[in-house]
Amino acid sequence: MHLEQTFRDEWGRVLATLIGILGDFDLAEDAAQEAFAIAAERWPREGPPANPRAWLVTTARNRAIDRIRRDRTHAAKTRLLEVQEATEDEVDDTTIRDERLELVFTCCHPALALEAQVALTLRTLGGLAVEEIARAFLVSDETMAKRLVRAKRKIKVSGIPFRVPPPYQLPDRLDAVLAVVYLIFNEGYGGRNDLAADAIRLGRALAELMPDEPEVHGLNALMLVDDARRDARFADGVVVLLDDQDRSLWDRDEIEAGRAALERALALGGRGQYLLQAAIAVLHVDESPDWPQLEQLYGELARLTGSPVVELNRAAAMAETGDVEGALAAVDGLELDGYHYLHATRAELLRRLDRTDEARVSYDRALELVHSDAERRFLEQRLAELSR
Amino acid sequence: MKYLLLIHQGDTPTPHTPEAWERLSEEERNAVYAAYKAINETPGVTPGVAMQPPEMATTVRVQDGKTLTTDGPFVAVKEALGGYFVFEADDLDAAIEMASRVPAASMGGAVEVRPLVE
Repeated sequence: MHLEQTFRDEWGRVLATLIGILGDFDLAEDAAQEAFAIAAERWPREGPPANPRAWLVTTARNRAIDRIRRDRTHAAKTRLLEVQEATEDEVDDTTIRDERLELVFTCCHPALALEAQVALTLRTLGGLAVEEIARAFLVSDETMAKRLVRAKRKIKVSGIPFRVPPPYQLPDRLDAVLAVVYLIFNEGYGGRNDLAADAIRLGRALAELMPDEPEVHGLNALMLVDDARRDARFADGVVVLLDDQDRSLWDRDEIEAGRAALERALALGGRGQYLLQAAIAVLHVDESPDWPQLEQLYGELARLTGSPVVELNRAAAMAETGDVEGALAAVDGLELDGYHYLHATRAELLRRLDRTDEARVSYDRALELVHSDAERRFLEQRLAELSR
Repeated sequence: MKYLLLIHQGDTPTPHTPEAWERLSEEERNAVYAAYKAINETPGVTPGVAMQPPEMATTVRVQDGKTLTTDGPFVAVKEALGGYFVFEADDLDAAIEMASRVPAASMGGAVEVRPLVE
């Protein structure tokens, strides 16, 4: 048994259950940590228990009871007073309520700052260590620890409930949860960090917990199809455009899993932003993409989100259908002057129209605005080709 | 839990801004009164005492033992506190729901929800 993997898989579930029982984030987290530490020491020696999850929950709960007995001031504030101590064998899996959904909605509550939502979700549901989250977001361990402490304090002091929101609140709150997971995914997708796998794991858990929400499957489809291409996206530190990617590096199984998730989302009658983005991503991996349909999907997504960046993509799809002039007109109608992709796209369109001098000006402008080194090298290559 | 709901009027028309207030239809003005009445009658709500407008406020600060008194509210007039009430609720979601029913929240102002120490 791979202990580390088991721990990461079980952490969120065990912690959620404990918060449900104890009604206190900190107490639950400390107790869970203690139980996992005991397991790490004992299981390799004595072999794992028959039901690891039940063992972890029971052990942690008993530790928490011990702690409350030692620290009477805690006692009044927890629901644990009536809870009897149990031995590990008495508890089986069926009596352990899965409260991960309550946990995720608490962590992604809009009364918390977005960066706190992200950090809390990774720490509690994702099972990442504080140091790992700090590294991913390029802040010191101390800063990240403070951020988590402050978030947990706000949950407690301001009375953020530990529950799944009622139906009238659910759509908004679900959007917030999906936004957090997608943000985590994108943090990993830049190639800088490795949070994409964690985001996909969180997405899978959400799909298990909310099987009837089309956007959950839509988001999963989007993440899987994007992630399947991660190895092909960079070559020697330079961004490789989709058309030029080495398709043998694509993870076919992951693409198929993404397609299946998209089918599920469509079957559930979804037409939300993640579903549309997933449909676009799936079309893009086809051998010869259906550009007219892509243009239409980008249009639908642009109407839904009002995003000029999506409009820019629609223009790029329009160019692929053969209407380069129309695409250029669409690009010039966008107010995105500070966005390097606008100038890079414009340069590409001008190049195709043999307006080389203007293309050069646009590449220069894109280079002024670009931040990532990989993108910069790509633009420099294009500019150099133009000069030839 | 007890929450203090601080009503920031922002650009919300109120009887204290007659020009803007008169621009509302009678129906709209009555809706504002009715909304506040409904809030004040909601179980768990302890209505605040009515406040004079922010221009009537005096702000007091003490620096190096010296009391500094200035005319007006602590923040810019636009963001000034316009009223308050206390709401006893099960959790923050209930308090947020209540805050969203305050007319100022949807008419150009905002409501700040502050848990009270108990």
